[in-house]
Amino acid sequence: MSSNNKPVLLYGGILLIGIFLPLALPAFQTQISVMWMMVTFALTWDILGGRMGYNSFGNIVFFGVGMYASASMQHELYFDIGQFEVISDQFNLQLTPEKYLFGLGLGMIVGAVICVALAWVLGSGILSLRGHYFAICTLGLGVAVGELAGTIDYIGAGSGMAAPVFPLAMGSAGLFYSYFFFILVVVTFFSLKWLYSTRFGLAINAIRDDEDKAEAMGLHTTRYKTLAWCVSAFFLSFAGAGFGHLNGFIDPLDVAFPGATFGVWMVLMAILGGKGTLWGPVVGALAFHITQEFFWSTLLGWQRVALGLMIVIVVVFFPLGIMGWAREKWPERFGHILEEESS
Amino acid sequence: MTMLLEVKGVSKSFGGVVANHDISIEVPEGKIIGLIGPNGSGKTTLFNSIVGYHPLDVGSIRFEGKEISNLIVPQIARLGMLRTFQQTRIYGKMTCVQNMQISVSHRNTSIAHMFAKFSPEVMEKADRLLEFVGLFSKRHLMAGDLSFGQQKLLEFAMALMNDPKLLLLDEPTAGINPTLINGLIDRLKRANADFGITLLVIEHNMRVIMNLAEHIYCLAHGEMLAEGEPADIQNDQRVIDAYLGAH
Repeated sequence: MSSNNKPVLLYGGILLIGIFLPLALPAFQTQISVMWMMVTFALTWDILGGRMGYNSFGNIVFFGVGMYASASMQHELYFDIGQFEVISDQFNLQLTPEKYLFGLGLGMIVGAVICVALAWVLGSGILSLRGHYFAICTLGLGVAVGELAGTIDYIGAGSGMAAPVFPLAMGSAGLFYSYFFFILVVVTFFSLKWLYSTRFGLAINAIRDDEDKAEAMGLHTTRYKTLAWCVSAFFLSFAGAGFGHLNGFIDPLDVAFPGATFGVWMVLMAILGGKGTLWGPVVGALAFHITQEFFWSTLLGWQRVALGLMIVIVVVFFPLGIMGWAREKWPERFGHILEEESS
Repeated sequence: MTMLLEVKGVSKSFGGVVANHDISIEVPEGKIIGLIGPNGSGKTTLFNSIVGYHPLDVGSIRFEGKEISNLIVPQIARLGMLRTFQQTRIYGKMTCVQNMQISVSHRNTSIAHMFAKFSPEVMEKADRLLEFVGLFSKRHLMAGDLSFGQQKLLEFAMALMNDPKLLLLDEPTAGINPTLINGLIDRLKRANADFGITLLVIEHNMRVIMNLAEHIYCLAHGEMLAEGEPADIQNDQRVIDAYLGAH
């Protein structure tokens, strides 16, 4: 097998898994959707956390904002908002497939625009903080936004809001969203792969390695940092929109802004897989999600303990993550050159 | 002769410590100017003031006739005035070539540039400059794995990659072994003569600075002690006293 065939086989294999896995395991379609969503989480977290050296605990903000924005768009388009407030729980939000898809698509676009704008505004302010200060600030941001969302009547405040019901005519919601999230992962992965090969990629690496030096060299550090967060926010907003619709019900703290679960898992998955590597977040998210589901079904009651233990083991024995460890062990396979050339 | 950099009456104190008091220096275009002084005399503080690390207490700094004392570090760097660091700074987890690529001038960067790949000219220039400092064979190695002296050379090459008009070098030969120093002096002179880059150099090694600079300023205790030709400075009793501690 020549080395040129390897990526084709790898990508082809993943494509086949993406297509046939939900068909082969119809009972697990929701879990498969969430699995791909986890990969998106890890990939988008790694832009700042791995490539730029800014550990953000607040990326969940864009997930929730994207979710609320897309669901609100559906309501704006098809339902009288007063009607929705009065009978939010019992109200049957049935739509035709055309309306549902149009509302979903428009909602995603609106959500993405809002999230990118929000990342720009927030980033211009708090990305001037460095190291732990940035991490703490984003942690506060994640908590604050969840609480704030619980006070806004327009989106149902603390009692949450319902997304439209998935139209019966379109078959299984699980299958639809399995494919939706798979496509999202593919688009995110290749967008990032391309971005990391441009000046942008090297610029955020430079900021990670030595931000003072980057400034002294005239790099537009603020602009690059803010853009990086916008890219992250853009893809996360789609994940949020998809998950809100898949879940059907949006609660501010448990579904839209679950900082203690999704928000922390993003970080864990990227570190588990190896931050700053292209495949690390993918591998980490898959390993994390699959073991989590496995522990959940076999060690009920102890699943979080087992998960915690696994994280401890990884941090102690593979501090660079799975792919980071592999890169140390076989650097040539990652395109690193260790020996100087003989001239 | 046009003045590239004019520092007039600059003072800077940190709390009660006066690091610079009423310092004025002039750097004419195309020259190599030296800045010497015992440890703690305020040389690096002056560098930091010039490149915008901290606001001045009093004074004015002009670059190409334009007041720059109110600009921030990256803005000043984009005008074409770069500094290297006393504690060498490179991007350790990137290869030498990547270090060079990202050091291109950011003077006219649009959003489109930020998401573009590097042009073949940039690649070619990076290789040429790595060749110039003698790191070509190590170009694909991680910069952090280089020895200290090699990192200094890389930092110098990165500065050249940026096409600066004025380069401020903070102790370029510190920590470099004596045989490499001669090569470095030669390269600094060539950067000045061939690439037309004006240099302002802080240096402790007297042999190096006397060899290199056409005009030398000497600081002591945050004040300007003496200035003049290398030969005059070498024979100036005040300078000798400052260095030997005759106070």
